[in-house]
Amino acid sequence: MSRYAVILFALWVVVLAATPFFAENYVVRAAIVIAMYSTMALSWNVIGGFAGYPSLATAAFVGLGSYVGAVSQVNGVPMVLAWALATLVVALVSLAIGALLLRLKGHYFAIGSIVLVELFRLIASSWSSVTGGGNGLNVPLLRWEPDDVGLFILMVMLALMILAFAMNVVVKNTRLGFGLQCIRQNEDAADMVGVNTTKYKVAGFMLSTILCGTVGAVYASWVGYIDPSESFQILLTLKVAVMALLGGAGTLLGPVVGAATFVILEEVVWVNFLSWNRAILGVLIVFLIFFLPNGILRTGAFSFLRSDGASGSKRA
Amino acid sequence: MSGPVIELQSVARRFGGIQAVRDVSLKLEEGEVVGMIGPNGAGKTTLVNCITGVHPATSGKVLFEGRDVTRQRPFEAARSGLCRTFQVVQPFPEMTVLQNVAAGALFGQKISRLSQAYDAAHEHLEFVGIDQFADMPASNLTLANRKRLELAKSLAMKPRVLMLDEVNAGLNSAEINGALDLIKKISDQGISIIVIEHLMKVIMTLSQRILVLHHGELIAQGDPRQVVNDPKVVEAYLGEKFAKRIMGNDHV
Repeated sequence: MSRYAVILFALWVVVLAATPFFAENYVVRAAIVIAMYSTMALSWNVIGGFAGYPSLATAAFVGLGSYVGAVSQVNGVPMVLAWALATLVVALVSLAIGALLLRLKGHYFAIGSIVLVELFRLIASSWSSVTGGGNGLNVPLLRWEPDDVGLFILMVMLALMILAFAMNVVVKNTRLGFGLQCIRQNEDAADMVGVNTTKYKVAGFMLSTILCGTVGAVYASWVGYIDPSESFQILLTLKVAVMALLGGAGTLLGPVVGAATFVILEEVVWVNFLSWNRAILGVLIVFLIFFLPNGILRTGAFSFLRSDGASGSKRA
Repeated sequence: MSGPVIELQSVARRFGGIQAVRDVSLKLEEGEVVGMIGPNGAGKTTLVNCITGVHPATSGKVLFEGRDVTRQRPFEAARSGLCRTFQVVQPFPEMTVLQNVAAGALFGQKISRLSQAYDAAHEHLEFVGIDQFADMPASNLTLANRKRLELAKSLAMKPRVLMLDEVNAGLNSAEINGALDLIKKISDQGISIIVIEHLMKVIMTLSQRILVLHHGELIAQGDPRQVVNDPKVVEAYLGEKFAKRIMGNDHV
């Protein structure tokens, strides 16, 4: 296990947590977004990185979490309880869906998982008696000073990011992680050495969605308004996978590095090239994936972070 | 345990219109080494797949220590001690040699601590003689050593029955002799072994009994020297010249 990875991660958390005390609101907001995406990318890492199943269902479960949280809050459930409820519902739904979806392999699995995003969006926009349909939902606002809200949400998102990182560390160093890595490298052989591949994949998939549900619910409470097309974005799903790959899928720090790099790049491009930002961002991503196919952390400069050879990957 | 370790009762396997294995019944005793021969496509590998649950039998029964295991899944077979190696070696390419074997110990044997699994893995690597490569990625091994890795991986699962699907194919004769010694040592531990092989030298040296498959049917079984003389076997597989040579040499 890489001690450096844990120390670097702890330092990074401290830097992000300190932003409200020295920087303006814009930076605090960026820190929140970084923590949020890091949580999602770290979650994705369990299924996409360790098990090698490129899930594109992130947005489906983030959106589901948003809606469960928002609907509960609208119906009078206290905020924190609503977040817990969202987490629980997402866990159960992903367990049920995972058991079906993980019969697919490779590209078929990726396509099947991305369909979930669209499916959930359609349900959210059609079931208007509960979800408000296309009009969206207003979530009760936090009636505090704006700075306090920022600080509070930042701390919550950072806590989720720490949980997601801890989950990665635990998974990587136990049978579950070992089994998932066997599955990534040779699923038939994994079956033959006694790995219950279906159970392991479903467990991995479930772990990759749980905290996404919490993030969604917290996000809904933060922004105060959600609607189907914003909650279930294909773009979000792709972004999260790109972040993990950019940093280095299957490593502990990769998703964190990838998420931070991506968010900062996105902000810089947005600020400087307002009308061309999507195109420029796209070119940058293509460039990075082309020249760093194994992620930033697998370049020579970071070899000290790779303590064991178990996680090396050439496949995306 | 007195009964056979494995018993097949009229096992058949069909793939669409092709009958890959038909009506095969056989028994495997504890500690026995049985050779399985037959032309390419005779159904040898399919039979192993039926026993390990990769392609469950379409009819008939597979009994393992008296239990009906016809419908068990491959990972269940592996955990219960029905282990196999593949004709085409199947390592986890990016893991080290040690991690490959540890996987066998960890999941096949249900050891839950990684450190214990690594200790067990070292023992098995030493047994097959490739412990010096423990920290190398499995994909860097030579073919002969990859086959040994497959063996170590299977042994780490504490098998009751080991099915060796052409572990000697593609090896030179010095490597084959090494492999033969190894298989004998494994058999001495009381593990029942089914050897699938085209190299008659291997089959004749190791087997206490030979099974011959042809077009999915078991056309002969029994004492190696009798089977090799069986006209049906000579016609289907060995050829006249070879049969004569084996009999002429009296022993291989």
